[in-house]
Amino acid sequence: MASSDVARQPDKGVRSLSLAGHVGFDSLPDQLVNKSICQGFCFNILCIGETGIGKSTLMDTLFNTNFENFESSHFEPQVKLRAQTYDLQESNVRLRLTVVNTVGFGDQMNKQESYQPVVDYIDRQFESYLQEELKIKRSLHNYHDSRVHACLYFISPSGHSLKSLDLVTMKKLDSKVNIIPVIAKADTISKSELHKFKIKIMSELVSNGVQIYQFPLDDETVAKVNTTMNGHLPFAVVGSTEEVAVGNKMVKARQYPWGVVQVENENHCDFVKLREMLICVNMEDLREQTHTRHYELYRRCKLEELGFKDTDSECKPVSLQQTYEAKRQEFLVELQKREDEMRQMFVQRVKDKEAELKEAERELQSRFEQLKRLHAEEKAALEEKKRLLDDDQSSFGKRKAAAQLLQAQSLTANGKKDKDRKNSGFM
Amino acid sequence: MNLIFKLEPISSGGSTLLGYIGIDTIIEQMRKKTMKTGFDFNIMVVGHSGLGKSTLVNTLFKSQVSRRSAGWARDEKIPKTVEIKAVSHVIEEGGVKMKLTVVDTPGFGDQINNDNCWEPISKYINEQYEKFLKEEVNITRKKRIPDTRVHCCLYFISPTGHSLRQLDTEFMKRLSHSVNIIPVIAKADTLTIEERQEFKQRVRKELEMSGIEFYPQKEFDDDMEDKSDNDKIREAMPFAVVGSDKEYQVNGKRVLGRKTAWGIVEVENPNHCEFAQLRDFLIRSHLQDLKEVTHNIHYETYRAKRLNENGGLHPISSADTQESNL
Repeated sequence: MASSDVARQPDKGVRSLSLAGHVGFDSLPDQLVNKSICQGFCFNILCIGETGIGKSTLMDTLFNTNFENFESSHFEPQVKLRAQTYDLQESNVRLRLTVVNTVGFGDQMNKQESYQPVVDYIDRQFESYLQEELKIKRSLHNYHDSRVHACLYFISPSGHSLKSLDLVTMKKLDSKVNIIPVIAKADTISKSELHKFKIKIMSELVSNGVQIYQFPLDDETVAKVNTTMNGHLPFAVVGSTEEVAVGNKMVKARQYPWGVVQVENENHCDFVKLREMLICVNMEDLREQTHTRHYELYRRCKLEELGFKDTDSECKPVSLQQTYEAKRQEFLVELQKREDEMRQMFVQRVKDKEAELKEAERELQSRFEQLKRLHAEEKAALEEKKRLLDDDQSSFGKRKAAAQLLQAQSLTANGKKDKDRKNSGFM
Repeated sequence: MNLIFKLEPISSGGSTLLGYIGIDTIIEQMRKKTMKTGFDFNIMVVGHSGLGKSTLVNTLFKSQVSRRSAGWARDEKIPKTVEIKAVSHVIEEGGVKMKLTVVDTPGFGDQINNDNCWEPISKYINEQYEKFLKEEVNITRKKRIPDTRVHCCLYFISPTGHSLRQLDTEFMKRLSHSVNIIPVIAKADTLTIEERQEFKQRVRKELEMSGIEFYPQKEFDDDMEDKSDNDKIREAMPFAVVGSDKEYQVNGKRVLGRKTAWGIVEVENPNHCEFAQLRDFLIRSHLQDLKEVTHNIHYETYRAKRLNENGGLHPISSADTQESNL
């Protein structure tokens, strides 16, 4: 889209100017930060590890609170994920923290599908963000971001090497989320064993091509500390919410008969390093990586799956909307076809019904005729009978009349005869 | 404007241990990241020629950022139609790098017949939204989409002392829904203080009656604090400003000003004009907010409209904005 009428200097040729006085836009980062403070921050951590390895305890220790958690059983038939959201506040920063724990990870006999619920969960969060982004009327700046920003993978402190379940799971997740492997319950390993263990783990990860999260080195202020920390991966951590008196202080620790393992003592474990890296130094980078790398990858794959491309077969750029339009047309054509089909079906049904009704009507008509005929026949028969009866009656009447006449005649005749007899008798 | 963040320890159940986690360091982390990536800001100036637009922008940013100074001849002829000319510079202050783009609109309001002279401007603004949208919907997209959208449009009102002109209300009515408009009264040194107050009141009333929502828009106030801050600003707008890039000695100090036979108008003196107020409002407190309103509201409105269009995609032709034939 050439807006050649807009005279623009190309970016490379953008001049730098010096200011003649204080303008005041150096407050821009503050303005931006203030807005973010008003909105609050979101951070989502996913903890993957076997049951009982110390995920919940570590979260409690990390965030200095007691998240409500309950022990899970070892007999879960399938891996599940349990997500809990908390609102934390420190000075004027409000953080909405979501901790997602796996339940039943590594407990099943057949662990081949163990990683799937985790991958599905992560994808679901990406999907719902993508859906929101693709909406026509959307509110991204208000959207509660549930995408997983960091994944703490808890390695069992066997001291030998990674389990195959670990490798398989991490390989499936490394392109979807920032993986930070930690060695759990590190107080069961001695220092020398730990050193060897760490080297073994890192070399196994490298040889299997698992890309774990590297602390970023581009900012000079943190590059140095991040480089050192990168060398200490994976962090060997110990979690505890109980406090033990050491010297004249109460510290978070685990008390054994042979000594006290202090959580925040850097000689005892790497907990402080983990907290420093995860929260104090790189939290924002974790969020950024999730958004610009993992989410973009998901989005690209998903859209390509759906058939959207940036360039069509002739390598000419195809805009999303053109593809969208094409799909829309397809869909409309499909709809039209179905509508036609339905219409035809409807017409057919109507015809059938009509035929049925006509048939019924005809039947009724014929029955009616029949009945009418019967009725007429009966009536005729009745008429006939009536006529006969009438005839009978009239003939009877006639006969009766004739008989009466005869009787009357015979009476008078008898009378006369009697008279005659009487008369004749006198003579 | 430096804010101090207090780090208070969170006590955990009666122990003397400092329960500090370090969540609030995210502020520093964020600040560092944004300083590294730098900021973009695009400001457009609209008003007929001679109102001192370029001078004002130069005064605001204390350097020669507007097009007049970027090698264009001072006595150009007025173009026959409205042109859009954008000039970018990188300026730095306190470790903060900003790429400032000033978009000038020569020819606006200068014709005899000014019907529809806002169209090239509206088209330019929409073109920038379109560019951003196209980038955003790509499958493989850039890490940081270059932002050329106009974050703020300074509209210069002629200091007639009477009222707004029809062109003013027409322009602002049409564009206040797609860009943040900040009206300013130009060359305020031609009005006395009383005339200025009256003029401002009249202008404000006219804007209200025409239903023009200038920045900061009432409907986007986040909370009560925001509302009360912004109410104060809205009461004082439009700011009556004077621009100058020349310095003079006043009371032993060097100040930016305009020298006249009857005195020196000090640009940054709040008793003389409201430049300082405009600068504080525009740059020191609301710069980020201007960008956010543009991104979260104006751009989203454009995007929703665009994606809703049926059979959507007639390409936006750039044929209308003509180069003037001088």
